[in-house]
Amino acid sequence: MATTTIAGREYEVNEEGFITDPTVWTEELGAELAKLIGIDLTDAHWKAIRFLREDYGVMGETPTLRRVSTQAGIPVKELFTLFPGKPAKKMAYVAGLPKPKGCV
Amino acid sequence: MTTEAAPFVPSFDDDVASDRKLAIICSKGNLDMAYPGLILANAAVGEGIETHLFFTFWGFDMINKETMGDLKFSFVGNTAMHPPGHTGISMHHMLGGLPGATSMATKMLKKSIADLDVPEVPEFLEILSASGCHMWACRMSADMNKLTEDDLYEGVEGIISATDFIELTAGAQMLFI
Repeated sequence: MATTTIAGREYEVNEEGFITDPTVWTEELGAELAKLIGIDLTDAHWKAIRFLREDYGVMGETPTLRRVSTQAGIPVKELFTLFPGKPAKKMAYVAGLPKPKGCV
Repeated sequence: MTTEAAPFVPSFDDDVASDRKLAIICSKGNLDMAYPGLILANAAVGEGIETHLFFTFWGFDMINKETMGDLKFSFVGNTAMHPPGHTGISMHHMLGGLPGATSMATKMLKKSIADLDVPEVPEFLEILSASGCHMWACRMSADMNKLTEDDLYEGVEGIISATDFIELTAGAQMLFI
């Protein structure tokens, strides 16, 4: 298992660079992760990230884009604006969670 | 590892202009054949891939406002048919020809899809549109069915000829469904 140092602390990451242990995540770490992929977090970003954390806590898996949109009430279009290109993966990365497994 | 080393961060390819392009031709109007194209298109746009859907022949029913919410599933001719969740039990496909079989099979399939929290076709088109997926309607199919853009789902960008479609998908990977 690889490790990487973020903001002076060492974290275990998988072969793609995602944090492997969801329990080490804090909002401070989330802000650092966002910075690393070039995203300045606004309240709108936090709404999505906090939903991901909560939903993962309940469901045990990372919500898909559609689930974030229907359950957190954030339109898909907005998610693409907030996390451009690959919104589902980027949200999961910032939230310190594995990328979603679901198809839709 | 020293603290000076740059953190290992996933590559989201933001700095590299991806030239991957996907074009999916949707030619079927059966409920079960509508989903593969929609699901693959959704996966592709979510990966930042430029994606085009081209609706032609029976696939036109997927974007015709009058029919898109009411696609049906028949298992006539489908020897792989089985009751939902029972892959070991076979159902003779000719049973699908009995009166009421299509509406029952459609209801069952819709339920299986909804149970997975996968949207119905019109809502799926909305999601794709919001995700930046391009949608095109086939000129010949429109003419055959005497339909205009007003009859089609709003996210469809235009009614175009086969040649137009081939031109605008230059270099794309193609899927025919």
